[in-house]
Amino acid sequence: MASNRHVILALVEDKPGVLHRVSSLIRRRGFNIDTITVGATETKGISRITMTMAGDEKIVEQVVKQLAKLVDVVKVSRLKPEATVMRELAMVKVHAPNSQARTDIMQFVEIFRGHVVDASPDTLTIELSGDPEKIDAFLDIVKRYGIKELARTGVIAMQREKASKPGA
Amino acid sequence: MKLSGAKALVEALKKEKVEVIFGIPGGATLPIHDELRDAVEKGELRYVLGRHEQCVAHMADGYARASGKVGVCTATSGPGATNLVTGIANAYMDSSPIVAITGQVPKFMIGRDAFQEADIIGIATPITKYTFQPRSPSEIPLAVKAAFQIALTGRPGPVLIDVPRDVQTEEDEVEFPEKVEIRGLKAPTKSPHPLQVKRAAELLISAEQPIIIAGGGVILSGASRELIELAELLMVPVVTTLMGKGAIPENHPLCLGMIGMHGRGEANAAITKADVILAVGTRFSDRSVGRFDTFAQRAKIIHVDIDPAEIGKNVRADVPIVADARTALAAIKEAVLSVAAKKAGEESPWFKRVKELKEQFKDKYEADAPGIKPAKLVKLLRKLLPPDAILTTGVGQNQMWAAINFEVYQPRTFITSGGLGTMGFGFPAALGAKVAKPDKVVVDFDGDGSFLMTEQDLATSIAENIPVIVVIVNNSSLGMVRQWQDLMFGKRFMAVDLKWLPDFVKLAEAYGAHGVRVGSYEEFEAAVKEAMKAEVTTVIDVPVSPDEKVFPMVFPGRDLSEVTWG
Repeated sequence: MASNRHVILALVEDKPGVLHRVSSLIRRRGFNIDTITVGATETKGISRITMTMAGDEKIVEQVVKQLAKLVDVVKVSRLKPEATVMRELAMVKVHAPNSQARTDIMQFVEIFRGHVVDASPDTLTIELSGDPEKIDAFLDIVKRYGIKELARTGVIAMQREKASKPGA
Repeated sequence: MKLSGAKALVEALKKEKVEVIFGIPGGATLPIHDELRDAVEKGELRYVLGRHEQCVAHMADGYARASGKVGVCTATSGPGATNLVTGIANAYMDSSPIVAITGQVPKFMIGRDAFQEADIIGIATPITKYTFQPRSPSEIPLAVKAAFQIALTGRPGPVLIDVPRDVQTEEDEVEFPEKVEIRGLKAPTKSPHPLQVKRAAELLISAEQPIIIAGGGVILSGASRELIELAELLMVPVVTTLMGKGAIPENHPLCLGMIGMHGRGEANAAITKADVILAVGTRFSDRSVGRFDTFAQRAKIIHVDIDPAEIGKNVRADVPIVADARTALAAIKEAVLSVAAKKAGEESPWFKRVKELKEQFKDKYEADAPGIKPAKLVKLLRKLLPPDAILTTGVGQNQMWAAINFEVYQPRTFITSGGLGTMGFGFPAALGAKVAKPDKVVVDFDGDGSFLMTEQDLATSIAENIPVIVVIVNNSSLGMVRQWQDLMFGKRFMAVDLKWLPDFVKLAEAYGAHGVRVGSYEEFEAAVKEAMKAEVTTVIDVPVSPDEKVFPMVFPGRDLSEVTWG
C-alpha cells in the first residue's frame, strides 16, 4: 500500500454539511479512499481534510478535480509521498495474559517509541504514533498476542519545506 | 432595514431581475407566496402555477435553455421538494442554470420527522452545484445573490435554497449586497493557455482529416459564431453531440449532424476517419462516443472545456484546453491566422470525402413504406415551422427521430433531456421555453409514453395562457424499450405495450386545449398550420406502427464504426 499511496489535502470551509458534500462526492463517483481526517487549521473558518487513497493516477486526478469543483472546497492539493511527513495515531488493546507476554510487548512498545496508556490483568493498551508503515509494522508484531481492539485515526500529512531535513 | 425572511427573499429575487417563477405553493412556503402576491399584483414578476412540481422544475429548465437566463422554480417542503428532484437532476446533467427554492419545516422541527419534512439538502447535494439553508432572514440576500452567481459561473447548473418556515416569518436587519465573494467558487479559466492554443492550431493546420465536435458548451457559451468562423477558415467539418444541436446551422455545408448511438451515418463515419478532433464543450458521454477505449483511436484529440474535471474523464486529451468555449475558439482562430496557415480549400480530398459521405447516406434515413414514417414526419414538421421555432422533445424514439432528422438552425432552439433522459421533460420544457420566448412557435415533439408522464400540465398551459404545439408520435408503446427488446432480447416484449391509452384528442379537449388526430402527411400539415394560428395549445396525435424503429443505431458498448441500419 505504501508505494502507490496518494495523499490529497483539501482546505474547506468550516461549515455544517461540508463533510457530507465531500463524502457524498466520493461515494457518488465511486472513489475508494483509505483514510480521511478532518481538523482545524491555522486559519479560522478553514478546516483541513487529509485523504489517502490507493489507485491509479487517472482516478486520483479525477478525485482532485471533482473536489476542486465543490464550492466549499477552497483549495485542493496533492502531496508527493517522498517529500511528505505523514503521521497517524493508533491505540491498540493487546492480550497480555502473563508476565512474559507483558514484558515482551513492553519491549516492543519501547522500540517503537509508543506508550502504554492503560493496563489490566489480561491486557495492555498502547498508544503509538508515526507514519502508517510504522504502525503497520508494530501491529504485525503484536498481533501474535491477540489484538482485542484497534483504533487508528487516519493520516494527517504535511509537505516538507525545501530546506528541511528528514525528521526523526 | 428590518424585513421578514419572505420579504427579503422576494426583494432579492427582484434584484436578480427574475421575471417569472414557476411554482406550486404549500404550507411551508405560505409566507413566501404572501409576499409574491404583492409582487405579482404590482406586475413586478410573473408566477406560473404548475400542476406537478417535477413540471415546474422542467419549466424553469426549459426557460433557462431558451433564454440563457436563470430559471426559477419553487415548491413546498417534503413531497413538494422531493417532486422537484427529477427536474433538478435533469438540469444538473445538462448544465442548465436553475435556482430552486423550497420551503422547509421550522428550524426547531428539523430532524424530528415533522409533517412534510424531507432532508432536501441531503437529497439534492449530489445533483446541485450548491445548496443553501439560510438560518436567519439576514442570510437570505447573500444566499440568493450567491445562488444566481453559482448557477451561472463556469459550467452552469442548478442551485437549491431551502428556507425554513420560521426564517420566512422572522424579522431581522437585512442588507442587500451588491456582490458576493465566494472563496471556494473558483473563477473559471476564461482565457485558454496560449501554448496549448498554439499546439491546437498547429495540429488543426497539419491535419489531413480534421473534425470538430461541438457540444452543449458551445451553446451555453454563445460560441456559435466563433465555431463557424474557425470551421470555415480551415474547412473543417463539424459534428455535434445531442446537446450541441444548434451550435451550427444544420444546413451548413460543413455540418454533418449529430454523432453517437443514434448519430447520423455520415457524422459517425467521419469521426472514425478523423486524424485530429477538436472537441468543444462536450463531456464525451457514452451515448455520444460509444466505447471510450476504442473511440477515435487514431486521432489526436484537442479537448476544450470550462470544467477541468471533464478533461480526460472519459476520453484521453492530447491537447487539453480549460477555457470558455467562445474565448478558446477565437484564440485558436487567431493562432491559425498567425501561422499563416495553408488554407484548405473546397478541393481538399477530405472535404470531398465528407461531401461523398453526405451523399452516400442521403437516402438511408427514410424508406418508402405505407403509413406515417416518423423520420419523414419530422422533416415535414421542419419545413412547416419557422427557422427560429423551438423544438423540445420527450425521451425515447421520439427524441432520437427528432435529433437525427430535425435540422436546427439556431442555438437554443432544440431543447432535450440529454444526460438524464427524463421522459416527460418535453411538454413542461416547451411551456418554460414559450414563457421565455412568447413570440416564437414552440413545439413539443413527444411520444405517447413520455407525454403521459406530465400531461396534467395541459391545465397550466391553458390557465396561464402558454400556447404550444404538442406532436405525439403515438405507437401505443414504450417504443425505445420495445426496440431494444426487439433487437437485443429476441422480441421478448415485456411491459412495453401501453394497451390502454387515453384518446389524446379528447384528453386535450378535456383540458380546454385543441386536439386533432391525423392519418396522413397532408392532414399533419394542415393540423400544424392550424395549430400555429391557434391561441391555445394544440395536441396533434399521430398514430404510427409500434414496429417503427430508430436507425441508424450503434449498439451500446460498441464502437461508432459499427452502425446498424436495421
